[in-house]
Amino acid sequence: MSMQQTLPLPGVAPERTGGGYRRDHLLVAEMVRPGSRVLDVGCGDGELLQLLESRGIDGRGIELSREGVNGCVAKGLAVVQGDADTDLVNYPDDAFDYVILSQTLQATRQPKVVLENLLRIGQRAIVSFPNFGFWKMRLQLLIGGHMPRTENLPASWYDTSNIHFCTIKDFVQLCEEINVKMERAVALDLYGRPVPLNLPWWVWNMFGEQGVFLLSRGGRK
Amino acid sequence: MSNVRPIPSPQTPTDDRAHEADHPSSLVAKFGMDQPLKLDCGVDLAPFQIAYQTYGELNADRSNAILICHALTGDQHVNNTHPVTGKPGWWDTMVGAGRPIDPDKYFIICSNVIGGCMGSTGPASLNPATGKVWGLDFPIITIPDMVRAQAMLIDRLGIATLFCVVGGSMGGMQVLQWTAAYPERVFATLAIACSTRHSAQNIAFHELGRQAVMADPDWRGGRYVDEGTHPHRGLAVARMAAHITYLSDAALHRKFGRRMQDRELPTFSFDADFQVESYLRYQGSSFVERFDANSYLYLTRAMDYFDIAADHNGVLAKAFTGIKTRFCVVSFTSDWLFPTSESRALVHALNASSARVSFAEIETDRGHDAFLLDVPEFLEISRAFLLSAGKARGLKDDGQS
Repeated sequence: MSMQQTLPLPGVAPERTGGGYRRDHLLVAEMVRPGSRVLDVGCGDGELLQLLESRGIDGRGIELSREGVNGCVAKGLAVVQGDADTDLVNYPDDAFDYVILSQTLQATRQPKVVLENLLRIGQRAIVSFPNFGFWKMRLQLLIGGHMPRTENLPASWYDTSNIHFCTIKDFVQLCEEINVKMERAVALDLYGRPVPLNLPWWVWNMFGEQGVFLLSRGGRK
Repeated sequence: MSNVRPIPSPQTPTDDRAHEADHPSSLVAKFGMDQPLKLDCGVDLAPFQIAYQTYGELNADRSNAILICHALTGDQHVNNTHPVTGKPGWWDTMVGAGRPIDPDKYFIICSNVIGGCMGSTGPASLNPATGKVWGLDFPIITIPDMVRAQAMLIDRLGIATLFCVVGGSMGGMQVLQWTAAYPERVFATLAIACSTRHSAQNIAFHELGRQAVMADPDWRGGRYVDEGTHPHRGLAVARMAAHITYLSDAALHRKFGRRMQDRELPTFSFDADFQVESYLRYQGSSFVERFDANSYLYLTRAMDYFDIAADHNGVLAKAFTGIKTRFCVVSFTSDWLFPTSESRALVHALNASSARVSFAEIETDRGHDAFLLDVPEFLEISRAFLLSAGKARGLKDDGQS
């Protein structure tokens, strides 16, 4: 049996635009109306928050890691140390126009509860997550017979903090189940570029490395 | 058993300490009978005075003023040699040239709290009605009273809005009280290692300290000045007990372990065999050089009574509704006196009020005292927060607007 020399590949840095911003961040920022109030859950080093604030958006953040928080505070961002699983309940209803959960859903203990909280706290939610239906993932399980590891998700199954993976199709099903309206959906390729809009869902689920969804509360009871 | 040495009597003559209480080596703002301080206990205190220090220059817009609120046993001498002890300012890690709170950039004010013993009116001051030291005739004061007095001083200085109010521990309580009482007068706050209410455990520790003072026969029902005594042993014990709460098990272990003090073997006595005992005795005896025992009773009491939520129907978030002030809340992992959970409760309330809040927990084994020490990550966050708030306030690098 051959060694898995091919994996992990060196991480693929998200493609950046001329302004130095990450493409996936720009996509999220474009979904946010100017002048609104935004909570970024799992805001990391605060790069997205900085982009939002540069556009006149009133941004707040929650971040689990102490280094992340302290880095954000040092950048002058209003970020608090906290956990998406336990601390969202402390925010009142409708406190924000948008709540962003970027590449964090799969690391929460209760993704469904977190998603419900996002749309309780915010009028809208923007959720992005790695798509486990991505062709490279499928191929590794099918051909390699091992748990997938990719450029953007290089950790092994035993040391990954990502405990709740899903595919774009799974996520769409969850949204339908908990009565969440999908206002906009975009699949991004490995470099953070949108997969063309006019392709059917199954293509997205195959070729999208991540999914980005703009969500609002559904109408039905 | 013979070599048990008691806590030594203070070296500082009583007269020197008493002199500082009424005639401090500081600026003094005097308030006459026409400007009483309305205390929570119902008493109008007049006349009274506030002793304070300032560093740096107020800019033309009066927009660069930072008020520093001192902790329980601190005073106004935040960045200058202490007139009684001769030691450097108590917060020289945070305040000074090149430090986060830089007098080249900000106009820095620090006043002795009302009830203190370094020149602001308190139990160690002379009661003009009797010509004797106030002692226990001094009315009970609260954290809101301290802040009310500070606000009168800030009025006197002609400052409408403070750029930032900064403080740790009891100073942090004052910071929070400022935002609750005068939200429109505070642009930003840095609230460190504090809480919106004093916990049962902390009240218990304070009661221990007060009982130690009052159990000293030299306390004389609080009239020790009139009777020419000083309850230095009781006050030293109170300080020793309190000092333990400012540290942590890990810090004590790292600093002292079980090491012996100037000896190889135990003396089989109650002398200070261990370094940690010697250290605590030193802390106790040096504290009584500069602090008034009654003042210690009054200030610990003020902290015990502190509970912002209680003034807002028990709902903390109501204290901060609609507030525009920028908050930076900082806690330390090893602080068990004001643990992170207390800061987190504050942050949750601020979130619920939609306040602009940053919150960082700093990893350190140095306990509650960490805010006074050289903890680089903490100082860096403080600096960055002040810089970004200054930007929002329109302050330039030189403090001009």
